[in-house]
Amino acid sequence: MQWASWSEFFSMGGFGFYIWGSYGITFFLLGAEVLMLLKRKHNLTKRAPRLKSHEGQLETSFQEMQ
Amino acid sequence: MSKQRINWYKYAAPANFYPLAGKMIPLFAIPAAILFVWGLYVGFFVAPPTDAQQHEYYRIIFIHVPAAWMGMFLYVLMALYAGVGWAFNARLGSMMAQAIAPTGAIFTFISLVTGSLWGRPAWGVWWVWDARLTSTLILMFLYIGFISLQSSIDDVRRADRAGAVLAVVGVINVPIIYFSVQWWNSLHQGATITAKSFKMAPEMRTAMLILVGACWLYSIAVVLVRVRHIIREREQEAPWLTESLAEI
Repeated sequence: MQWASWSEFFSMGGFGFYIWGSYGITFFLLGAEVLMLLKRKHNLTKRAPRLKSHEGQLETSFQEMQ
Repeated sequence: MSKQRINWYKYAAPANFYPLAGKMIPLFAIPAAILFVWGLYVGFFVAPPTDAQQHEYYRIIFIHVPAAWMGMFLYVLMALYAGVGWAFNARLGSMMAQAIAPTGAIFTFISLVTGSLWGRPAWGVWWVWDARLTSTLILMFLYIGFISLQSSIDDVRRADRAGAVLAVVGVINVPIIYFSVQWWNSLHQGATITAKSFKMAPEMRTAMLILVGACWLYSIAVVLVRVRHIIREREQEAPWLTESLAEI
């Protein structure tokens, strides 16, 4: 352990803003990427059952057009 | 050497690659998480508190350098896949390129932001129009251009071809970024790690290299997840997919 106290650790010799800002943004963005991928998977799975009645859907859309 | 040969062409077909990619995801995602924790531990608790020249903000290097490397590597990889997809009409290649682009853009953005947060205490400015910084900003625009060009064309084949042209032409920017600190006068410091030398304290080097590994594994895992989504979106009507969806 290199730090005398937690407050020393968080202040990072006065550069805490830059250091924690860097790591904060990095892990925020990587976390957001993972969450968006999970959401996309969720949306795909929700849509999946509809795929099976694809032909039926086409028929209704043709009817709507007419 | 095993005599049993793997038929690599088999996995060029999305129908065969889809389940393989699914099995590979945890093999990369779990070690990535472990390496992130380990790398941060070494970077913040093992590396000594103050470096004589750099002050504490040198700790940004542990994420800045891996992010910058990933931005460049992923661009080359994206251009390779896009080029293969274009030249050989291999649709999985184009799908891989499309899957890599957002992750590459995110890492390039991280390298720009962390660089800025380093530049402010080190140089006194958030941004300078210097060769290294400007060429990295162009890399970011190339990623954004690739993504928006592909999504703006409805015909998938034409979108892939247009994206591939942009990606392949843009590769010229990667050596420019890499050699910019040698070719032009720059505020940005030179390469910290070259084939011959490591100009860093050993603990710092360890922390940085662990995070390089973490970023690689993370990228592979995320790209595999995304390419599976793209396969599902593009091949919606393929019988193999509707059949296998019941299992997922």
